[in-house]
Amino acid sequence: MASVTLENLQKTYPNGFKAIHGVDVDIQDGEFLVLVGPSGCGKSTLLRMIAGLETITDGSLSIGGKAVNDLEPSKRDIAMVFQNYALYPHMTVYNNMAYGLKIMGLSKDEIDQRVKNAASILELTDEQLSRKPRQLSGGQRQRVAMGRAIVRKPSVFLFDEPLSNLDAKLRVQMRVEIKQLQESLGITSVYVTHDQVEAMTLGHRLMVLNAGNVEQLGTPLELYEKPASLFVAGFIGSPAMNILDATVAEDGKSVVIGTDTVLPVGANGVEGFDGKPVKLGIRPEHLEITPGAEGALPLTVTLVEHLGADTLLHGHFGNDKTDLTLRQSGTHLAKAGEVLPITITPNHIHLFDPETEKRIDF
Amino acid sequence: MIENRPLLKIFSHIILILGVIMVAFPLWVTFVASTHDATRMTELPLPLLPGSHFFENLDRVLFVGLYGGDASGMGYMLLNSTIMALMIAIGKIIISLLSAFAIVYFRFPFRMFFFWMIFLTLMLPVEVRILPTFEVVANLGMLDTYWGLTVPLIASATATFMFRQVFLTIPDEMLEAARIDGAGPLRFFKDILLPMSRTNIAALFVILFIYGWNQYLWPLLVTTDQSMYTVVMQIGNMLEAGEEAPQWHLIMMITLLAIIPPVLVVVAMQKLFVQGLTETEK
Repeated sequence: MASVTLENLQKTYPNGFKAIHGVDVDIQDGEFLVLVGPSGCGKSTLLRMIAGLETITDGSLSIGGKAVNDLEPSKRDIAMVFQNYALYPHMTVYNNMAYGLKIMGLSKDEIDQRVKNAASILELTDEQLSRKPRQLSGGQRQRVAMGRAIVRKPSVFLFDEPLSNLDAKLRVQMRVEIKQLQESLGITSVYVTHDQVEAMTLGHRLMVLNAGNVEQLGTPLELYEKPASLFVAGFIGSPAMNILDATVAEDGKSVVIGTDTVLPVGANGVEGFDGKPVKLGIRPEHLEITPGAEGALPLTVTLVEHLGADTLLHGHFGNDKTDLTLRQSGTHLAKAGEVLPITITPNHIHLFDPETEKRIDF
Repeated sequence: MIENRPLLKIFSHIILILGVIMVAFPLWVTFVASTHDATRMTELPLPLLPGSHFFENLDRVLFVGLYGGDASGMGYMLLNSTIMALMIAIGKIIISLLSAFAIVYFRFPFRMFFFWMIFLTLMLPVEVRILPTFEVVANLGMLDTYWGLTVPLIASATATFMFRQVFLTIPDEMLEAARIDGAGPLRFFKDILLPMSRTNIAALFVILFIYGWNQYLWPLLVTTDQSMYTVVMQIGNMLEAGEEAPQWHLIMMITLLAIIPPVLVVVAMQKLFVQGLTETEK
């Protein structure tokens, strides 16, 4: 068990490309931290720097209080699960798990005991232990890859998009298993994913990365309720948050959408943006259909998606062409072309500075 | 083929049968010739059915030799050829495995320079550099030794390239997983790379064994001592037997013997050979 501390961690490739622009985070003992972001944001690079597979250009990395910047991966007391599992194809499942332990120089009995133990945690049968990886299904291979990590009894687990090669159903099942496993073993874990649902459900804390910068670090609900930037707002939550152009009223107490929809802002209004344009964010689940309400916006529906439990309505307000999504629980029999009266709940709106794209607190 | 046309079937079978005849007929003639005595082989038409002197000829070739006096059997030449072919095949595989490993997995200065140096040797087969190579081998005192027969033929750009390609298809994660498991470079080479390129090694072994076995020019040059002759050289020697007429029945017998070991290697390793050249699953 160990904490992991990253201080101003940076990575510049020899060709001058700066992949990571200084990351600071203190990962607690037993914490599950998820690195999330779009492809190319540097999340895998950061994970591989922790693993020791990429060199660290600047900053310091310590695991369990010990600086490990220059240690070989095998000396860092970590274990990693790869996206494509990276199982040795010519070895049996048993030997795949035992290989690292053999190199560690453990006794045969100790190895056997550890492998059997991991196999029972992961519900791998003896018969499966004697097979080759290619004779296993994707989910079973994933288990073996985790088994190979567990037997090392590491201080830190590193997961590099371990579920992205699985089909949707299996992904949900393995997601639950990973969560349970991490909780029961209590091992500090860092998990990379581009899937925001995985990120929200697995992590104690999430780190959203964008082009090598940390956009926000916080619990899943913090990120959902108070996204620090337009980027995080668009990335966390599915379907994505609707972003509208709006203007803050001269007195700062309200925002105006279009010309005549006025929404009061907070208890004390916004400071410093009087009369200025802002970006207004509202999540699809916070738009309400309110027939007959005063000041309702007319939403022209362009597409209806039935998800069963929910219905997604796509459309736009009047002549404004910004696409909007609205989530209604239950079945809603709206049709494309219909015009629905929509109310925006004022206490669910988010405001962002259009210049810096940062959140405006109010 | 999805098509099912009887005429096409007959046509393709005729082509196939003709192909088989073209390949098999010379072999059959070789075999038939090795079963007759010297007189029969000088008469026309040449025999097309086996005679009764097979074991007699076999005994003469293996244990007695061509002409009385200083002649001796040629069985040891089969051994020479086998040793030479094995040394060339195994040597080439070891050298090219190691150089491919270095080129693919290590970042050292002038890596690409060395890569292109190896590439350039493709343009310099033994025949092109035969005089300087002979000079080197002679100065090293390796004439009339197995080392002299094989060392100049061992460096192989082709095999290095093949292994390079094989190694490049192995995902990087395999190396990374091994690094996390604590395997050093040589351990990774031995435990992961070698077993994963097993079929390619086998396929290459078959090709290189035959390449080594068929060497003619180089052994002819570096061996003067008859005890170092290879069987392929001997076939050539027997064709130029001074004033006497070539002894076709014995030449054909030794040709037949020279064909057998490569055939055995191919047959024994056929399955791995095909896998090594076609299988891509890693």
